[in-house]
Amino acid sequence: MRDFVDMPDARTRHEQGLTLSGISLSRNGTTLLNDITCALPPSGITAVMGPNGAGKSLLLRVAHGLIDADQGLVLWQGDAVTEEARKAQAMVFQKPVLLRRSVEANVDFALKVAGIRHPSLRDALLNRVGLKGRNKQPARLLSGGEQQRLALARALATNPKLLFLDEPTASLDPTSARMIEDILREERDAGTKIVLVTHDVPQARRLADDVLFLTSGQLHCHQDAASFFQTPDSPEAARFLAGHILN
Amino acid sequence: MGDALHLAGQLVLSGDPDLWEIVLLSLRVSLIATLIACIIGLAIGSLLAVSRFRGRSAVLVVINALMGLPPVVVGLIVYLNLSRSGPLGFLGLLYTPTAMIIAQTILITPIIAALSRQILEDLNHEYAEQFRSFGLSRIGQMKALLWDGRFALLTVALAGFGRAVAEVGAVIIVGGNIDHLTRVMTTAIALETSKGDLPLALALGMILLTIALVVNGFVQSVRSTATRAAYA
Ligand SMILES: Nc1ncnc2c1ncn2[C@@H]1O[C@H](COP(=O)(O)OP(=O)(O)O)[C@@H](O)[C@H]1O
Ligand SMILES: [Mg+2]
Repeated sequence: MRDFVDMPDARTRHEQGLTLSGISLSRNGTTLLNDITCALPPSGITAVMGPNGAGKSLLLRVAHGLIDADQGLVLWQGDAVTEEARKAQAMVFQKPVLLRRSVEANVDFALKVAGIRHPSLRDALLNRVGLKGRNKQPARLLSGGEQQRLALARALATNPKLLFLDEPTASLDPTSARMIEDILREERDAGTKIVLVTHDVPQARRLADDVLFLTSGQLHCHQDAASFFQTPDSPEAARFLAGHILN
Repeated sequence: MGDALHLAGQLVLSGDPDLWEIVLLSLRVSLIATLIACIIGLAIGSLLAVSRFRGRSAVLVVINALMGLPPVVVGLIVYLNLSRSGPLGFLGLLYTPTAMIIAQTILITPIIAALSRQILEDLNHEYAEQFRSFGLSRIGQMKALLWDGRFALLTVALAGFGRAVAEVGAVIIVGGNIDHLTRVMTTAIALETSKGDLPLALALGMILLTIALVVNGFVQSVRSTATRAAYA
């Protein structure tokens, strides 16, 4: 059984994945993230699990540098997440934020921001997420699943080394969910580091290489996926898994 | 009154050259003023929408207050600057269409800035995190907001144009209502009414109303098309 929590840091930058050390965040006197320390491996899919309100989305935002923690440090391959460093990352939000433009203009926007000039890339991306030939349609008239797939295409446009996803398949139709899972596997196999918030236990079983489990802003365990689903390190996680198996 | 209306209708339909000269000058002055006010006002509005700095709320208060500038006061200030003894007197712009454009621009720039700031800030509220994730620069953010807010901003431009074209106090002071030179619809209406020439005043009034209706109708239809595509 591998345990990632206390990995030594005497490694080259490239071997270092995403390191969170002592992340704390509170708002209005409430502690939302409490001294979270973990080292995520530089590749593979890390699932972030826990009940509603556990702080999963906040943790993702802090890790991506969208919110500054009150305390603690986030390092990606040994470096702080600066404005520039964030360009090598991408995030798919739980509720896709699509521009008031056509499908293709949404992808073009991401390509342009990243300074990528590659005319065939956009169509390849749309094809990949099953939106081939939908180029000219208004993005915000797509179905929920299609919108989320477009958001994923846009996130992949810049070929990120680190990809965050916040419950990307929650409330999606099975076809869209399946398509997104397939793409995440392909990306993982191509070497992209993926951090995926999900409370869909079967999905985490299908995708995760390792699992972070938190409740109430507290990190309870960080384990290799196989061992997490068999014998979770914390009683809270065991109860969470049992609850989901019962449901 | 009935006679006056009849004559007014005839004036409009007969294509009276004096009448149309006034109408075209009105449109030219107000359209150019709206264009310049949009360039300045949208730059200010979008910058304020994406910026947080000390004193920002004071700036917003000032801009909102400037929205209610009395036209005659603007006219007076522009007059003082452009008059022969004023600091810009050497330009010789007083009593020219350019002076009227300047006055109208000053009058409506705060309107464009304040209304667009509100619209773009609401939009930014929705987009800000995604933009940050993209690593988008502030200028890039402003440009994207302006483009995505384009249909709502059309209404803002219309509000500015409406105020400019209907305004009389400022243009009469800096333009002087000179026949064939600076006479626009509103100043002509004021003059002809006071002289008792109701047909010309009524004809101009009808045209002014028609312009307002047509422009409004156009903006409405563009916006509803955009709404159907979820672009507005
Ligand atoms: N900006 C904020 N200010 C105050 N509380 C917040 C803020 N954002 C999130 N929270 C609170 O933090 C907790 C964790 O939120 P979140 O990370 O969204 O949970 P989840 O694990 O469901 O994604 C919730 O109780 C939420 O109400
Ligand atoms: Mg969440």
